[in-house]
Amino acid sequence: MPAPRAERLTKWLIAGPPLAFLLAFFLLPSLIMALASFRYPGEFGGLAPLAPVQAGEEAGLTFENYALFFGDWVYAQIFAKSLGIAALTTLACLVMAYPLAMLIARSEKKRRDLMVLLVILPFASNFLVRVYAWMIILGPMDLLFSRFAVILGMVYVHLPFMILPLYTNLEKHDPALLDAAQDLGANNWNTFWRVTFPLSLPGIFSGAALVFIPVLGMFAIPEMLGGKDDWMVGNMIKEAFLGTRDWPFGSMLSILLTLAVLAIAGAAALLARRGSTNA
Amino acid sequence: MPLLEIRNVTRRFGGLTAIDNVTLSIESGEFFTLLGPSGCGKTTLLRMIAGFDAPDAGSIWLDGEDLANKPPEQRPVHTVFQSYALFPHMSVARNIAFPLQMAGNTADEIEVKVKQALAEVHLEDKGASFPHELSGGQKQRVALARALVNRPRMLLLDEPLGALDAKLREQMEIELISLQRDVGITFIFVTHAQPEALALSHRIAVMRDGRVEQMGTPSRIYGLPANRFVADFIGNCNMLPATVIEAGPHGLRLAVGALGEVAAPAAERARAGQAGVLAIRPEQVHIMAENAAHELKNHFIGRVRDFLYIGDVTTYVVELENGTRVEALLANSAPGRAQFFETDQRVKVAWRHDAGIFLVD
Repeated sequence: MPAPRAERLTKWLIAGPPLAFLLAFFLLPSLIMALASFRYPGEFGGLAPLAPVQAGEEAGLTFENYALFFGDWVYAQIFAKSLGIAALTTLACLVMAYPLAMLIARSEKKRRDLMVLLVILPFASNFLVRVYAWMIILGPMDLLFSRFAVILGMVYVHLPFMILPLYTNLEKHDPALLDAAQDLGANNWNTFWRVTFPLSLPGIFSGAALVFIPVLGMFAIPEMLGGKDDWMVGNMIKEAFLGTRDWPFGSMLSILLTLAVLAIAGAAALLARRGSTNA
Repeated sequence: MPLLEIRNVTRRFGGLTAIDNVTLSIESGEFFTLLGPSGCGKTTLLRMIAGFDAPDAGSIWLDGEDLANKPPEQRPVHTVFQSYALFPHMSVARNIAFPLQMAGNTADEIEVKVKQALAEVHLEDKGASFPHELSGGQKQRVALARALVNRPRMLLLDEPLGALDAKLREQMEIELISLQRDVGITFIFVTHAQPEALALSHRIAVMRDGRVEQMGTPSRIYGLPANRFVADFIGNCNMLPATVIEAGPHGLRLAVGALGEVAAPAAERARAGQAGVLAIRPEQVHIMAENAAHELKNHFIGRVRDFLYIGDVTTYVVELENGTRVEALLANSAPGRAQFFETDQRVKVAWRHDAGIFLVD
């Protein structure tokens, strides 16, 4: 049955502005970037024209940027390293966030609100200031400019993004389920792995997405804590746009990064669906 | 030796005494009910038997063994929770398999037992369904099957019928009775609904404020309530304030308000001059035309004030000459008629000399 006219109009009025905003400032730029990744760089940065102005000038569309990427292992290696760092950061966040989220979810209501407030409190101070603070701490310890420092900084910044969705999920679990598991003969270990953990998978997936994706594209933390030699994809993209001013190359890297994220998210969603029907 | 013994158990929460020195024992194979209003401590007692809570004083013994240091997972006792507490991420079959897996059964044993358990609760074709796909009654049955599948020594049921509608509840009551008889496992049933308790139980413990007010078979609890609380809580009861004139071995002579003298059955603790109430059930009170002939010893004239048509019976509220109101039940034998006596009609109410019970204040 079609919705009445007035109802449909209301829906469009509500959904319209954010939809238009995203179309104009997300989808359109993405398309521009996708197109740019197939173009030549301009002589002084930017993009070369689509039609040649002078004979012999590079213009029009090309696969050269992609050929460059797939022609040299070093780019794929940096991609693989970035994926590895993102995965390790996500795992470290998960392992640290889970017990804390569980503790918060099982505290009494008043204390719960206070603890959630404490979790989001770091957002009150500037992100760069907090990373500089780590430089001051790690410098004298001789740990600055290392892979360890990068992952430490990543975990530190992204931990709340894992805690909050996990807490939101765990808080909704019916405590009677834990009683039931115990009543039916499960010890704490079995109660956790057979009841709490599988029920928290949606929380784990959203937390993982909120950590993994930003970490993959992050350039500030590797630059500040990792030093010049430990580049991630984000640093390459930043360098392409602001350093060498090769926009098409930077666009190509951005598009590949987006595709990698979409592929991983798609695989995770598929896995989650399989998991929930098999359980 | 009784299966379960609760010895002088007390449990306090802050300043509140939830269980106050309760002692009771339950025999193997019994359908035992803890009945009382909310906050009487019945659920606290059940949680202590299951092991989710521990007494502050006293002890709980199962099969002659003190349960004090046994966590819930090691007690051969399973619970059917009020909310059913089915695992939402597991199919019905996996839910029922859970206690078997915890007990270390092999996959083959589990398959056979799950199948049998599903048959016991008439859900043979629901093994692959998930809890959210089931109706309330079906969830209830899965919870029962899961709690019974590895044959515990005792099944605890925490208001399991509370969430079902009236018709389904009645059907589940009948199923519970036959299930308990078939599996022969001791049931401890917690409820605040007295019709449920009367219909299901071999024995009932009526609780109030953490104490057991009376314990006995349903017919004794209903017919011979030990005090005003029990009489009032179980079923409907007319309470007529009365004073003992004479207490004999075969009966009492009571002065009831301004009505005059009433004969009542003997009561152990009644002494001449003592005040109390004559508790008499509406179905024990006969209502008849003002001038009808009868051989009942206690009879009074009154006026019909109100009536309540339930279908099978009608309850008449009769105001006696001194202003006391008495409820009387009359079965509806003539079809299509809601009442035999009109409002404001003068009628006679009467009851046998051995009806009712005198309860000392």
